[in-house]
Amino acid sequence: MRKATEDVVRPEIVRISNVSKRFVMRKDNSLKERLVTMGRMGRRHREDFWALKDLDISIEAGTTVGLIGHNGSGKSTLLKIIGGIIDPTSGAVERRGRIAALLELGAGFHPDLTGRENVYLNASILGLSRATTEERFQDILDFASIGDFIDTQVKFYSSGMYVRLAFAVAVHTDPDLLLVDEVLAVGDEAFQRKCLDKIRAFQKEGRTIILVTHALGQVTELCSRAILLNKGQVEYDGDPRKAVSAFRDILEDRRLSDVAAVQAHSSKPSIPSGQVLGATVHSVDLQVRDGVHPGDDLQIDIRLEHPEGLTEWVCAIQIDNAMGQVVYGTTTKRLGIELPVLSGELDVQFILRDVPFGAGKYFVNVSLMDMEGIHLHDLPQACSFDVPDYPLAVGTVHARPEFSFSA
Amino acid sequence: MTVTTSYSNTLESTRASLAHIFQQREMLALLVRRDIKARYKDSALGLVWALIRPLTQLMIYYIVIGKFLGAERGIPDFAIYVFTGLTAYGLFQEIVGGGTASIVGNSGLIKKIYLPREVFPLASVGSALFNFCIQLGILLIATIVVGSVPWSLDLFYFIPSVIILVVFGTAFGLLLGAANVYLRDIQYLVEVGLLLMLWASPIVYSWEMVRGIVGHGLLLTIYTDNPITLAVLGFQRAFWTAGHDTVAYPEFLLVRMCIAIVVGVIMLFAFQRVFAKLQGNFAQQL
Repeated sequence: MRKATEDVVRPEIVRISNVSKRFVMRKDNSLKERLVTMGRMGRRHREDFWALKDLDISIEAGTTVGLIGHNGSGKSTLLKIIGGIIDPTSGAVERRGRIAALLELGAGFHPDLTGRENVYLNASILGLSRATTEERFQDILDFASIGDFIDTQVKFYSSGMYVRLAFAVAVHTDPDLLLVDEVLAVGDEAFQRKCLDKIRAFQKEGRTIILVTHALGQVTELCSRAILLNKGQVEYDGDPRKAVSAFRDILEDRRLSDVAAVQAHSSKPSIPSGQVLGATVHSVDLQVRDGVHPGDDLQIDIRLEHPEGLTEWVCAIQIDNAMGQVVYGTTTKRLGIELPVLSGELDVQFILRDVPFGAGKYFVNVSLMDMEGIHLHDLPQACSFDVPDYPLAVGTVHARPEFSFSA
Repeated sequence: MTVTTSYSNTLESTRASLAHIFQQREMLALLVRRDIKARYKDSALGLVWALIRPLTQLMIYYIVIGKFLGAERGIPDFAIYVFTGLTAYGLFQEIVGGGTASIVGNSGLIKKIYLPREVFPLASVGSALFNFCIQLGILLIATIVVGSVPWSLDLFYFIPSVIILVVFGTAFGLLLGAANVYLRDIQYLVEVGLLLMLWASPIVYSWEMVRGIVGHGLLLTIYTDNPITLAVLGFQRAFWTAGHDTVAYPEFLLVRMCIAIVVGVIMLFAFQRVFAKLQGNFAQQL
């Protein structure tokens, strides 16, 4: 757990020392219930949940920090504690400068007021004086590009206009520290790009940004440091790429244990019409843990079963990336293969030659179908493989880049 | 550049809270304007509604209590008398009621943005004062219409009365606003309490009537030293000139009012501390 290497000594903008946060979950909510269960009895109706445990984090000015972790790992709680929205149960948070928290766009908007009135109100909530707001009003208006609607009550706005105006106000408040929680996921693509451009401009101006996001691509792209939280504790702190891959491992572990839990629950697989028992994937001549490199031949071994005997059937595979997008798929029907009667257990194998996958995690889904394409049994995410980071490029497709120019 | 740390000293932390709130005064003004604007937006009569309620109240009390039940005997200019009391009480009622609802009502902001949370009850004080000023204007016009313009030294009773109402109102607004986050029963309790307080102060009847029934004992002292009673009496002293020579006021009214102000300021200080303690958990309780 080391910090990213620093070439310059930067001043700290946030220091979190020994911070813990406990949430108390109560099961008695009415006055009557609470009176009845007061004192010793009351403790039985409470349950403590530690959202954060003994965190020590220091954030230097001018860095962009990504907070990642699965749902419930405490990222948003940490962000709220940094923003002063909730107080820690123990420990201290010190911060410097003006903070703008983009936890929810347009949180301060009042539906009955016009856009103009809301801009002034929201800007002042975010700490801007009236004179400064007036000065920047035109910029805000241009950025939001909502035109004449500015003098309409915001309850008549489309949700896109609402968000654009709110984001425009927030980024024009000149924060020293910008806290962003998932808000970049809203709006159309053009607007998202505008937001990302604005964030890059912020970075250039040397402002500090703390970003909570599930889009891991954004983390490796934007952040200079990533903090991986797991169950309220720092699991990894440092290089965003390594943090992201450590996070993928945690996610995979959780997925596997979830799958095991589901299987334990439904102990009786009542599928008389055949079943995909399992699958493994690895590069030919390599082990599973070695990963898959561009140019490798990918080998997928699948075990199928049918109790009575299936005459006409198709085996299909599909490869998804971590975002759930389909990146590859094929079937035995497409390959024009005549298959024997499936009776009892049978092992089959796909070999994909010279795979050009880009860096990231990929999942293999396996299906057993009949000739009409009706799925008899699916095994989603039957197995997975990792393609290691390629420093020269990002994306789902691998290609070796070259560059030249002539004067 | 500010560095936030926790203060161990109580006085020090109160000073810090005040400084924070002072920094946000511009926003406070905008919040007050938002409250006022938003309340009457899209209504044809707009601000007139701020007057219709007290005027209706006045009519009911004047006709039912004054005429039917005969309370106006011994109280000259009964309409002015009632409206004076209602104006004073209305201020307190609106500050406490608005303050109690303010934190829960602004939950959207509190959960998402850090602000000194005191600004929300304080914004209720601001919008209550705005309505109060309108009502006070009506009261002054009414005194001119009936020909008893309150132009005497007694007008100065107005100042301590308003201070009492604002100080106590703010203190309770802060406390109840914070408590309401944890227990929503508070807001209903406050409604009932405010109704009770309306009748526990000499607004539609006179202080003399109470004295006539409970005598000069401890009970009268308790009744009189209720800060609302003191403020209402102060208002009547200031604006209800018809009663100057005929109606008795408690002894040392001004001294009692000053003591009430001191007590109120101490309560305000204490309740602000309670508020500061509780506000740390607002965001997760809402």
